[in-house]
Amino acid sequence: MKYVKQFGVILFFSFLGEVLNALIPLPIPASIYGLLLLFTALFTHIISLEAVYDAAKFLIEIMPLMFIPASVGLMTSWGILKGVWLPVVVITLLSTVVVMAVTGKCTDLFLKHGLGKSENETRTGI
Amino acid sequence: MREILLESTYFGAMLSLAAYEIGVLMKKKFKLPIFNPMLISVALIIIILIFCNIDYESYYDGAQVLSYLLTPATVCLAVPLYEQLELLRRNIKAVFLGIASGVVTSLLFVLLMSMLFHLDHKMYVTLLPKSITTAIGIGVSEELNGYVTITVAVIMITGIFGNMIGEGVCRLFHIKEPISRGVAIGTASHAMGTTKAMELGEIEGAMSSLSIAVSGLLTVAGATIFASFL
Repeated sequence: MKYVKQFGVILFFSFLGEVLNALIPLPIPASIYGLLLLFTALFTHIISLEAVYDAAKFLIEIMPLMFIPASVGLMTSWGILKGVWLPVVVITLLSTVVVMAVTGKCTDLFLKHGLGKSENETRTGI
Repeated sequence: MREILLESTYFGAMLSLAAYEIGVLMKKKFKLPIFNPMLISVALIIIILIFCNIDYESYYDGAQVLSYLLTPATVCLAVPLYEQLELLRRNIKAVFLGIASGVVTSLLFVLLMSMLFHLDHKMYVTLLPKSITTAIGIGVSEELNGYVTITVAVIMITGIFGNMIGEGVCRLFHIKEPISRGVAIGTASHAMGTTKAMELGEIEGAMSSLSIAVSGLLTVAGATIFASFL
């Protein structure tokens, strides 16, 4: 029953996310509202970590599978992409590398310059 | 036989799981980024569907149970994030500035490349939300009058590619801190990249999860401003 209860709590936050998505006219999906709400609920101890933990870990573990059905939908996009695929694919692949590298280097830099403590310090500190 | 596959309730989900498992096995055996389970499984399924002459809708009918779980699973990303609360608190400025730098880089890079390739305004705004999670990306593309279907395709390609190269990019560019690795992967390749960050470590996974939400929200604002630049 543990899993049923935990999955129920997770669905409850997904549903709350849906409600906010319907009420607030912003392009923010139910999942993001739900994530922020669950985080807030954990942070304020409205619910305990144990109330969702095992089911949450399981769902996150199998998450890569959940992207497959929509990604297979790429097979239907060929008609639209046919004329523009080269610049689109080049921009998409290049920008993924550039954004990842710049973001990582910048964050490393910000961490080093006192905007946070490095992981090692955090691990050994306190 | 084809009739049975078309009507089947379980074929789509079964095929997805089997293809993913094959991808995992290939990854274990060959250890090259190109043998990425997500890429292998998607490619394999597309080949099988075309070979057996099964249309996407019939496959999706059975496979959509997996998509159904995507929203609850994304909600669950709050858990690893909460587990790293102390670390996040100490580094909150660096993390947020890091994500912001990534969002600006993404928008700026798409602008420059669109100018380089002489893309029109509609194509340009279609590509602006390419690095963020699908559901937000669709909203941004609609709002700015882009080709929504192309936005979705581009987000998927970004996600699979980010998942493939995440580990390699961090190594190649000497991105040292686990926090930075997570922020980099999540900001560049949303939830699909985040599943890779989860494999790298708990801190990477948590920071990548946070980056999905924050970069998505920043892009909503940023893309609107950038849309007027071309």
